Amino acid sequence: MTSAAQPDPEPQTRMTGAAIVLKALQDQGVEVVFGYPGGAVLPIYDELFKTNAVRHILVRHEQGAVHAAEGYARSTGKVGVVLVTSGPGATNAVTGLTDALMDSIPVVCLTGQVPTHLIGNDAFQEADTTGITRPCTKHNYLVKSVDNLADIMHEAFHVAARGRPGPVVIDLPKDVLFADGPYRAPSAPRRTSYRPRTTPDQAAVEQAVDLIASAERPVFYGGGGLVNSGPEASRLLTEFVRMTGYPTTLTLMGLGAFPASDRRFLGMLGMHGTYEANLAMYNCDVMINIGARFDDRVTGRISDFSPHSRKIHVDIDPSSINKNVPVDVPVIGDAATVLARMIETWKRKGCQPKQDALARWWGQIDSWRARDCLAYSQDGAVIKPQHAIRRLFEKIRGRDFYITTEVGQHQMWAAQYFEFEEPNRWMTSGGLGTMGYGLPAALGVQVAHPDALVIDVAGEASFLMNIQELSTLCQYGLPVKAFIVNNQWMGMVRQWQELIHGGRYSESYTASLPDFVKLAESFGGVGLIARTADDLEGVIDEMLAVDRFVLADIRVSKEENCFPMIPSGAAHNEMLLGQDDRAEHETSDDGMVLV
Amino acid sequence: MGQQEDAREQRRTIAVLVDNEPGVLARVIGLFSGRGYNIESLTVSEVDPVARFSRITIVTSGTSMVIEQIKAQLARLVPVHEVQDLSTEGPHIERELALIKVANRGEARIEALRIADMFRARAIDSTLESFVFELTGNPGKIDAFIGLMEAIGTIEVCRGGVVAISRGSIISMVTAEGDEEDDPAPAGRVLVS
Repeated sequence: MTSAAQPDPEPQTRMTGAAIVLKALQDQGVEVVFGYPGGAVLPIYDELFKTNAVRHILVRHEQGAVHAAEGYARSTGKVGVVLVTSGPGATNAVTGLTDALMDSIPVVCLTGQVPTHLIGNDAFQEADTTGITRPCTKHNYLVKSVDNLADIMHEAFHVAARGRPGPVVIDLPKDVLFADGPYRAPSAPRRTSYRPRTTPDQAAVEQAVDLIASAERPVFYGGGGLVNSGPEASRLLTEFVRMTGYPTTLTLMGLGAFPASDRRFLGMLGMHGTYEANLAMYNCDVMINIGARFDDRVTGRISDFSPHSRKIHVDIDPSSINKNVPVDVPVIGDAATVLARMIETWKRKGCQPKQDALARWWGQIDSWRARDCLAYSQDGAVIKPQHAIRRLFEKIRGRDFYITTEVGQHQMWAAQYFEFEEPNRWMTSGGLGTMGYGLPAALGVQVAHPDALVIDVAGEASFLMNIQELSTLCQYGLPVKAFIVNNQWMGMVRQWQELIHGGRYSESYTASLPDFVKLAESFGGVGLIARTADDLEGVIDEMLAVDRFVLADIRVSKEENCFPMIPSGAAHNEMLLGQDDRAEHETSDDGMVLV
Repeated sequence: MGQQEDAREQRRTIAVLVDNEPGVLARVIGLFSGRGYNIESLTVSEVDPVARFSRITIVTSGTSMVIEQIKAQLARLVPVHEVQDLSTEGPHIERELALIKVANRGEARIEALRIADMFRARAIDSTLESFVFELTGNPGKIDAFIGLMEAIGTIEVCRGGVVAISRGSIISMVTAEGDEEDDPAPAGRVLVS
């Protein structure tokens, strides 16, 4: 950073709108902005040029900027910052913003806007950005006067990070960026509304702890709220689980919040979760949900979701309570704060787990575990995708690595076969399921952690969706590894067509794929290809050894499906464990309409 | 297990105190349309020009689970200060203003005036073949009046939407100014005159 150490300006220091933006970013501790210039934001870019106050990473598409900011945010716990121009700059950012909203990722996105006197005139590169982004942001602002700019900038960071995090857009008309206005340093928020509750109601905590202590077949079910709360939440969850000895499962968003190597970890739950995790959810008598939201990928058929359990739901967002699944003990608060209170209450009351019942419960769980639902057999030369991903994990096990993914089968296999010991190491598009997420997200992670091993576990179809970001990797020398599990199909689409559309593979095959090796080289990186199981080992080794960005094209068997699977509209106890199970299973009419 | 959901549809009147800033109404309406909630009536106006607060009154319907969702979703909007479920938090009064034009002749005109008198509607405009009546009351009363007028003439109706407030001396929607973080909603303040 080259910014000079200056004393904070007085509250009434005046400067241009663009300078206020930059000053506010600095005062908010922002080190990196992911962006793409254009007419409406030129004053900010000019200010960046003059002050060199914040590092700017020039992406190649605004969607990439938001995903990169998400990757940055998720791997650091800080707010990710995006800077794009008006019109197409803003509309291109919409997918990223929606992704950040669905996964509760703190992002502040600055969008340019035509000057205030032209708003509503269908001016060049005008779009109603606040109108378009209202449903896909946590909050947004149109700054009509430079007098409010500093306060809005600071408030945006407060809103993005506080409570349940999310994306915030600040729309900046160009005349406001040129105008002179007052700069005020960050202070307590001026707005008196929006005070999310983080400290739980003690009575609810007591009730929850009593229920936890009374359990005979308990299960902890943790989600992304643990990660968003910060590493302390994961530490406390681990402490509480080890104190009670209760089995624990995590959602796709929560992976890493509890160490996968701990034997109390049942693996991920949900549509492609493990047999033991889903059956534990189905058969439990007390469910302790911490920071998860009963997403439809997790619950399966709602009417048969964990029918015999009493449910505790810890969430920072009151609107998550009773949204999908009615719960018995809601606890509103921050995951770490609630867990600390729970542990304290558990100790103070001298609670003890019911050891006999718990031993029987573990016996049952171990019998489910013995099914070894993630088993696969790699025989012959053709690489099984599961094998490719598992081998990648085995070769980096013990190192500090960051994994991003695209969306589809490879994403689920990565979730199944990687083992995460810590939070903030796993970045995947959970709620929105955004193909093209992984490469720009990996870019953002690598910017935040320049020396770390960052791998985008990709499918070839998703990878093509934001492939332009390879140029960004090259420009900044970011040694991201793209591990492309290439089956030449949109694998998950193909799988659904096979399972519920009679094998009519409509438009899910990608003909004319690029030569990924040459493609990597043309972007200034290294391309590798593995065609056989023997190649695989060497390719992974080489990929890890290269200090530039790498595209590893891993040619895998084309027809492999992702199991276990809870088919749409089915319940946790109706899992398909493999190809042989599916003959007996007809998808219900209700299930057919689900996504 | 969990709490059993009450699957019956209920009509609820909800008051929302918001910052009067651009886009706030769009945010509220977008929330209802985006999440598929019903709006039977919605009114909004600034109620505190100094603090720049507006009060929105929404009449909606849904199962108890949906109503709880609506309230929680409203409460988490950034410019929202307070959400009050008037239908469940003690007794409340609802009023609506309606302007009803009736075009008719002869005996039916006399009948229209007679009915208007019973409903305490005021004729605020008249020609030899029409009246405009101004009527306030709860929405049911206005429905009834419109039903009767429809039977005796051709009508045009404009309704203002429901406004509602709690009964009694409690000032329940006070501003949150100066509250500490994490405080629950401010307690009601009793007005001492």
